[in-house]
Amino acid sequence: MSDNTNPHTSSVAHGDGSAHGEDHAHGDTASHGTRGSYIKGFLLSVFLTAVPFWAVMTGAFKDPSTAVLVVMLFAVIQIVVHMIYFLHMTTKSEGGWTMMALIFTIILVVITLAGSIWVMFHLNSNMMPMANMADMG
Amino acid sequence: MSAQTIKQDDGTPVSFYVEDEHDHPEGGSTMLGFWMYLMSDCLIFAVLFATYGVLGNSYAGGPGPRELFELPLVAVNTAMLLFSSITYGFAMLAMDEGKVRTMQAWLVMTGLFGLAFLSIELYEFSNLIHEGAGPTRSAFLSSFFVLVGTHGLHVTMGLVWLVTLMVQVGRHGLIAANKRRLLCLSMFWHFLDVIWIGVFTFVYLMGMLR
Repeated sequence: MSDNTNPHTSSVAHGDGSAHGEDHAHGDTASHGTRGSYIKGFLLSVFLTAVPFWAVMTGAFKDPSTAVLVVMLFAVIQIVVHMIYFLHMTTKSEGGWTMMALIFTIILVVITLAGSIWVMFHLNSNMMPMANMADMG
Repeated sequence: MSAQTIKQDDGTPVSFYVEDEHDHPEGGSTMLGFWMYLMSDCLIFAVLFATYGVLGNSYAGGPGPRELFELPLVAVNTAMLLFSSITYGFAMLAMDEGKVRTMQAWLVMTGLFGLAFLSIELYEFSNLIHEGAGPTRSAFLSSFFVLVGTHGLHVTMGLVWLVTLMVQVGRHGLIAANKRRLLCLSMFWHFLDVIWIGVFTFVYLMGMLR
């Protein structure tokens, strides 16, 4: 206690310093793409949309589970493409806080989706009479 | 007794720095705040997707996705939303260059594509209801209408917002506040396109594969 007589002032001063640092980061919010990057993102999206539609509409994949995997893979890639080229997500925007919020949200989304489907699937298969299982698809 | 001073163990008074609360530039944290809103909106959609995932197989003896969905219509709808995304992007580029009229023209295009998307979706909904496949038919259709309808409602609100901002820009020009609002709508619009990727993949395409 004798060395650091006033912990309040020191911590406040420190907080002030970091707050100023963040303000400068706020200033340049306009991290847009260029015409080229928008067109690139658009063409990628067209491709990533057209392929799964084509695959499902023509029945290109004999095995439905392969088709489901391909369609889901294309969706995930397209979401990433949109994030980068249209929403301009970077790890540095807003001092990294947008990325933190995104990762947190993705974790919650995965828990919600996987948890609900997992729990309800087991609930259905354990509770329902076997006669009704044919309707369940 | 009236004047009390807070003292630490060693007797020195504690200093408070009230004046440290300095001014932030107006709108400095708007983009981050709006991103937080989008993330919470994402959770709403996650819950609706989960509901659809759980109830999507419960047809109650009624029609399933194979009998109901028309993929060509969905493909056109997807194209509309994708086109509106790129035109909004071009509007933002025109905004950066300070070309108000070009930007407004791109925004009109965006609005028309958005309107086309909504019209096609409403057409699809009314067809389903006329076929007797309304939201009350089965749990599958209830969750389908809620999920796709919530997305459509977001697009509707985006269109209202778009028109409002076009009027604002027409009146006040490209002031800093309007630029900030247009950037927020840009994020909202592209975000809706991201949600639509989930909708056409999980609801329509995977529905046909079931």
